[in-house]
Amino acid sequence: MSTDILISNAISLSPELSLAALGLLVIILDLIVSKKTILQTVSLVGLVIPAILAVFLWNDIGNITTEAPADVFGTLAIDKFSLFFKFLILIILALVIMSSGSFLDQLGRFKGEYYALLIFSATGMMLLASTTELISIYVSLELTALPLVALAAFGRDSRSTESGIKLLILSAISSAILLYGMVLVYGLSGTTHISDIADGLVSSVDSGIAFGSYGLMLGIIMIIAGFGFKIASVPFHMWVPDVYEGAPSPITAYLSVASKAAGFAVILRLFYVAFDNQSQDWSTVFAVLAAISMTLGNLVAINQASVKRMLAYSTIAHAGYLMIGLAAVVSQIPEGSELAHIGPGSILFYLVAYALTNLAAFFAIIAITNHTGSELIRDLAGMGRRTPLIALIFAVALISLTGIPPTAGFMGKLFIFSAAVSSGLLWLVIIGVLNSVVSAYYYLRIIRFMYMAEPSSEEKISSSIIPLTAMVIVTVGVIGFGVLPQPLFDLSSSVVSVLSP
Amino acid sequence: MLLTSIIFLPMAGGLVIALLLREEKTIRLTALAVTLLELVLMGLAMLDFNRSRVPGEMALEVNKEWIPYLNINYHIGMDGLSVPLVALAAILGLCAVLASWHVTLRVKEYFAWLLILQTAVVGVFVSLDLVMFFIFWELELIPMYFLISIWGSGRKEYSAMKFLVFTLLGSAFMLIGILAVFFSTGTFNMILLPELLPAADLVLPAGLVFWFIFIAFAVKLPVWPVHSWLPDAHTDAPTAVSVMLAGVLLKMGGYGMIRLGVGLFPREAQEYAGVLASIAVISVLYGAVITIRQTDLKRLVAFSSISHMGYVLLGISSIAGVNGVVSDVGLTGAAMQMFTHGTITGLLFLVVGFIYERAHTRYIPDLGGLVSSMPLVAVVFVIAGLASLGLPSTSGFVGELLVFVGTYDVWTIQTALGVFGIVITSGYILWTVQRVMFGPTRDRFVDIGDAKLVDIAPMVLLVITIFGVGLYPSLLTGIFDSGISNITQIIGGSANLP
Repeated sequence: MSTDILISNAISLSPELSLAALGLLVIILDLIVSKKTILQTVSLVGLVIPAILAVFLWNDIGNITTEAPADVFGTLAIDKFSLFFKFLILIILALVIMSSGSFLDQLGRFKGEYYALLIFSATGMMLLASTTELISIYVSLELTALPLVALAAFGRDSRSTESGIKLLILSAISSAILLYGMVLVYGLSGTTHISDIADGLVSSVDSGIAFGSYGLMLGIIMIIAGFGFKIASVPFHMWVPDVYEGAPSPITAYLSVASKAAGFAVILRLFYVAFDNQSQDWSTVFAVLAAISMTLGNLVAINQASVKRMLAYSTIAHAGYLMIGLAAVVSQIPEGSELAHIGPGSILFYLVAYALTNLAAFFAIIAITNHTGSELIRDLAGMGRRTPLIALIFAVALISLTGIPPTAGFMGKLFIFSAAVSSGLLWLVIIGVLNSVVSAYYYLRIIRFMYMAEPSSEEKISSSIIPLTAMVIVTVGVIGFGVLPQPLFDLSSSVVSVLSP
Repeated sequence: MLLTSIIFLPMAGGLVIALLLREEKTIRLTALAVTLLELVLMGLAMLDFNRSRVPGEMALEVNKEWIPYLNINYHIGMDGLSVPLVALAAILGLCAVLASWHVTLRVKEYFAWLLILQTAVVGVFVSLDLVMFFIFWELELIPMYFLISIWGSGRKEYSAMKFLVFTLLGSAFMLIGILAVFFSTGTFNMILLPELLPAADLVLPAGLVFWFIFIAFAVKLPVWPVHSWLPDAHTDAPTAVSVMLAGVLLKMGGYGMIRLGVGLFPREAQEYAGVLASIAVISVLYGAVITIRQTDLKRLVAFSSISHMGYVLLGISSIAGVNGVVSDVGLTGAAMQMFTHGTITGLLFLVVGFIYERAHTRYIPDLGGLVSSMPLVAVVFVIAGLASLGLPSTSGFVGELLVFVGTYDVWTIQTALGVFGIVITSGYILWTVQRVMFGPTRDRFVDIGDAKLVDIAPMVLLVITIFGVGLYPSLLTGIFDSGISNITQIIGGSANLP
């Protein structure tokens, strides 16, 4: 291997490399400096470097046209699709770091470890978005999951520890199931490279059995199950409420949006490229999972007393909405039309909309619960008076989660449901819209408590400037993409073109 | 530009109030100024509409790219069907602000939401792009939810949630219908769609899409059996919001039925017109009978709305035509009924709200003899009542008469039954006026006082409108017909009113 290839590989990997270096830097700084608040600043400012490098890569791709996407050792692809997710993950990471300050101040210790683990986990997610080979998918997944386990247990009380253990065990189980599925696919196709799997499986396409053969069926179902854990889909959702409730709120926020984004990045690449010929079959599986996830998530969320638990069930429901986009693969729109990639495009848009919205909701919860110490919905009473700005941000987030205009959440649903209608999945759209109605009930119940119930105390709640900035940024995003969604529509539907051969 | 400012002026005013103003008095005056300016702008728009009235063309049309990816445009404009309804929204918007003059609870938020509500309503009437229509349709929910559940009375939170869930349920199906239309034709443009749809290869059966779209409007109008949110929401809402709700928001349902239900799917509407006529009559009679039994004054007015909006649907059902000849009369009557009901019921709610504010009760058996202490309001109440039962020379007469004339040939039995509703209406209206205003004077109501200028001003405004339309109806019927004839001509409709 010549040094030229090494250097070009290093350039392709530069965002991840610089991010990992940043993680190490934070750990070393933690040993040296005594004023720990600087760690937050360093972590935050340091993110600019991988972001800039990613921008350079993005522009490079623009210049050399996507004929041959840059790849690293044949296992990682640097294309606009992966860079889209890298930007998304970097932005989520930056926002979560911004709103972690108060939690760490209360904890008092381990600031360096906290930021470093967050950064390492994000590195794993960024790699995950690039992977084009089964084994590197598995390795990146572990790199993502293990820091998250430590972070979930970071609160160091019994609930948080329980949350960490649960996450550890379940992510181990899900990884094992995923690995079994990958082994079966490897056995049948003879390759671990995503782009070659489709050719390797071609012999079994017209066998008349769903997925081509029973072995492949088992393999793909196991892969779906493995990823089902990561994206919090029913029936692999049991861990979600406990882990979300127990983990520190910034970590819950991170888990709910970043893991989901990275999970969908891999699912899209794997299923659209490797299992393209089986799309009729897996789209049915995803459609059924979507319907069950939405319905179960929304119905159970109604009765929750804890706001974090409620958002945990809501995230299960939103995994369902996202899977509608996966089910909408068999588009009836002719290739070449602008709308040809509406299915995967809608998932990308929805992921961004959901990330902004859910972060806004969690940041508001962090600011409020830090002060009141209670995560119960009824203790949100009177927040409209006690902290008008944060309550407003929370209300906007809840309206966006419901999918009422003028918010990004509405545009996301419009996009996802459009994709499903264009694929003829009418029954799924009906279930989807009915679920939106159900969800309105519990989302707006919180607004009711904030604005209509009498507070137990009149004490004002304030937030420091950095988390407040993060909240304002995401809220501007939520409204902004609700009013002017076109740029993001364009972007998300153009970057997914790499998925179709 | 003029139309855009008519849509967004109230919202801008609402935001200014929410973000900049503190003094309660300034907030009230600002809200008043905004709604007055809105009315003036609407007057200018009507002048423009009159000057440039070309059949089949939209006045003040604006069509700009908004979300090209899904071919969604910022497309607004007015035709004869929407002009009077926007005017109605402007008039009642002003009345609502005046009726809220005595609100003292969280004044700033209240007026901000009230103004934002007006933007949503006007937006629905002037949108010519299906997605924009849908967005404004949903946008109205948030202000309504807050207005009912914070400033309402009784079981206000329950009623607000019920209103929200019913509306969302209806609009959920409308969204599917809209998307089905888009993926069949590639456009959301409401002007082009009537021509494109018959030739298009629909992704869903046209009948199904028609019902999907129709059901959202049926909930809003409301029509039996999806009406049950209305009595709760009306009763528990604050006065000004009841005025907006009964006066304008219900009309969004009727407008949608004509513009999208009949406008996009005329043949399906004809096919199912018999069902529509029957539901309409059930609404008319059921609403009227239930109204008699009400003891809460506000609930009584609310139930009477169900009955009156039944006539709107009855008028729409005349789309079926006789021997292939479709007359505009029934549809024009339906549109007239919407406008007149908006003014009349708006007025009734103003009166009821005033009585409740002074007498602190809406329980009819407890009221009585109010005429001696509030003669002005009593006169207004009598006028509103007589208009509501359709006395000639008031606007209530015109709407109902046109509906009956237009529908009689098409659905004779249903129309005959529907006319019977008027008899019941006369019964409960006169009985109510008598029980509330006349009879022995009660001691505790002796010095509760009559309406002040700020109370009486919106009432006078509506009384003028009621008589104006009642005495010179062709002003409005002509405008409405110019819009409706565009819709009916696709299925061979004949213009010209009797």
